[in-house]
Amino acid sequence: MNILDLFSAALLSSALRMAAPLIFASLGGVFSERSGIVNIALEGIMLVGAFAGMLVSYYTQNPWLGVLAAMAAGAVVSLVLAVMSITLRSDQVVTGVAINILALGVTGFLLRRTFGHAGQSPSVVKLADWSIPILKDLPVLGPILGKHTPPVYLAFLAAAAAHIILYKTPLGLRIRSAGEHPRAADTMGVNVFKIRYLCVLISGVLGGLGGATLSLGLLSSFVENMTSGRGYIALAAMIFGKWTPLGALGACLFFGYADALQMLAQTLGIAIIPREFILMLPYVLTMLVLAGIVGRAVPPAAEGKPYER
Amino acid sequence: MITSLEMQETYSRRWERVWISIAAVLLALLLGAVVILWAGRDPLLAYGALWAASFGSWRGFGEALVSITPLIFTGLSVAFCNRTGLFNIGAEGQFIIGQMGAAVAGYMFTGLPALIHVPLALAAGALAGALWAGVPGLLKAKLGAHEVINTIMMNYIALYFTHYLVIGPLKGHSYLPVTKQVLESARLWRFLPPTRANIGFFVALAMAGVVYYILWRTTLGYECRAVGLNAEAAQYAGINVQRNLVVSMMIGGALAGMGGAVQVLGVQHRFYDLFGFTGYGFDGIAVALLGNNHPLGVIAGASLFGILARGSQNMQSVAQVPQEVIGIVQAAVIIFIAADYIIRKWIYWRRPQGAGRLRAKGES
Repeated sequence: MNILDLFSAALLSSALRMAAPLIFASLGGVFSERSGIVNIALEGIMLVGAFAGMLVSYYTQNPWLGVLAAMAAGAVVSLVLAVMSITLRSDQVVTGVAINILALGVTGFLLRRTFGHAGQSPSVVKLADWSIPILKDLPVLGPILGKHTPPVYLAFLAAAAAHIILYKTPLGLRIRSAGEHPRAADTMGVNVFKIRYLCVLISGVLGGLGGATLSLGLLSSFVENMTSGRGYIALAAMIFGKWTPLGALGACLFFGYADALQMLAQTLGIAIIPREFILMLPYVLTMLVLAGIVGRAVPPAAEGKPYER
Repeated sequence: MITSLEMQETYSRRWERVWISIAAVLLALLLGAVVILWAGRDPLLAYGALWAASFGSWRGFGEALVSITPLIFTGLSVAFCNRTGLFNIGAEGQFIIGQMGAAVAGYMFTGLPALIHVPLALAAGALAGALWAGVPGLLKAKLGAHEVINTIMMNYIALYFTHYLVIGPLKGHSYLPVTKQVLESARLWRFLPPTRANIGFFVALAMAGVVYYILWRTTLGYECRAVGLNAEAAQYAGINVQRNLVVSMMIGGALAGMGGAVQVLGVQHRFYDLFGFTGYGFDGIAVALLGNNHPLGVIAGASLFGILARGSQNMQSVAQVPQEVIGIVQAAVIIFIAADYIIRKWIYWRRPQGAGRLRAKGES
């Protein structure tokens, strides 16, 4: 393996594809956690989104309707988290774990009930690639950025939008204040409950979108437990990105790159570093960041604490 | 919160927790029945098949014990940490590392009598789990890094690390991704042949006793619980909070690791490559929650979850109910307990003074 292969267009392009679902989910995590709600449920939200996307595309032959359905389904799952953690003040981590188990059970059950067998759904219509006119003709970047499934581009737009919402609008200020000091925010007239509900729902929509990116973008079917921990990686990326949209974007791109690299190493059958160590990288790095060894990541102050008036 | 209840845990309050758990289980089974009906099947037939899988024959009963045993260990692990104010989502990874530790100790040491080899291999699993859990414990104590995220990360690292070992340096078979078999001298005695039920089950029960003893009969346990209830107050009272955090995590890790060891020494006899998580660690969270973080409750919760898991396949073959229904039931149990607010209201439907106490708790 040549060192230049590490930057080959094919590898970088594959990195973008692998990063896209993480970016959506990770941005979802940013919204939820900045408003003060820990969202371990991202894994389950993505899984349900992936399933709903597949199902609607299967029946309508229209993958875009599938994407909408995935977003709606993600919102429904996140509503469970919202009601439990905001209104009923349950433990957010416990609730998230339960939602993940529930999502695995529900999608497995529905898969079997709909298609009569477990494992994998039939192939459905996936999202057609977009090829961006000017971008694809650029000399070096063209082959990397020029042609992708739509979610890859939408993920970047979502990250930019999230950054603007969180840092350039009054709503963003309210969101951040709800996560840092809800009582002060409340005193200033911010409806902390409303803000938190909104943010958890946004995280559900984005998580669902991330799921659809898996089942209608990367693949064209639903596979049982197809997220296989991507929700947790997205969470890790959010921490690695220090709870900011652009930081999360960068972390997802890096994790996507690591993923693409280990896949390449597997197909080529080469091992300078064993593939398992590349797979471990996102998790090890996240721990190092949390520990403050590679830059310090400080979570929102009121995160995980139910707010009571 | 799970832990804040404990301080004023009077007799009646403890019973209240028990009723909440029972109500949650009943509600979840009811929900499962609705799902089964919706799938066009007979819930009674399904639950009958579920019950028969564990209690219809000695064979089934023995295998039910095999399903229950690892859940007691992981449940104790999570429960111990919860009592000390730590959330151990990492029981899964500690269990996996414990499996590997016991497998290696089980085949590496030769010529030992079983009386020495078995405890040695169990201890190797427990030690591996303790060290694995010690990392997030140390990071929390020294740097304040939250254990929830770190233990999740450690789960994945355990998965990939053992995968690396079992296809690489520790591969013990010409083509399968498994370690060598553990020696006869390290295996746990199977008391109900032909089932795989082994004395690991009694080790699990003994550990429940040990956990009870540590938590409520030793200074260490007292200090750990004090840290769990209010770390600042504990610090003020002269308790070494940092040390206790690490020790608690390590005890939790040792319990989960020993569970992994029992699984290898009693059931599998070697480490098999994992293609995904075993699920025992995550179910342990539910078990601990269901058992109100009490060793006796953990045994009850593990029994329920073990019987459900064991029965799910039988349910599918006899009543044609997708086995995933059990996953839904298990998740529903956790959700109902986490939302004990609803159940409390339900229990105190006719008793306003109960509702008053509820409000008092909410404001604390």
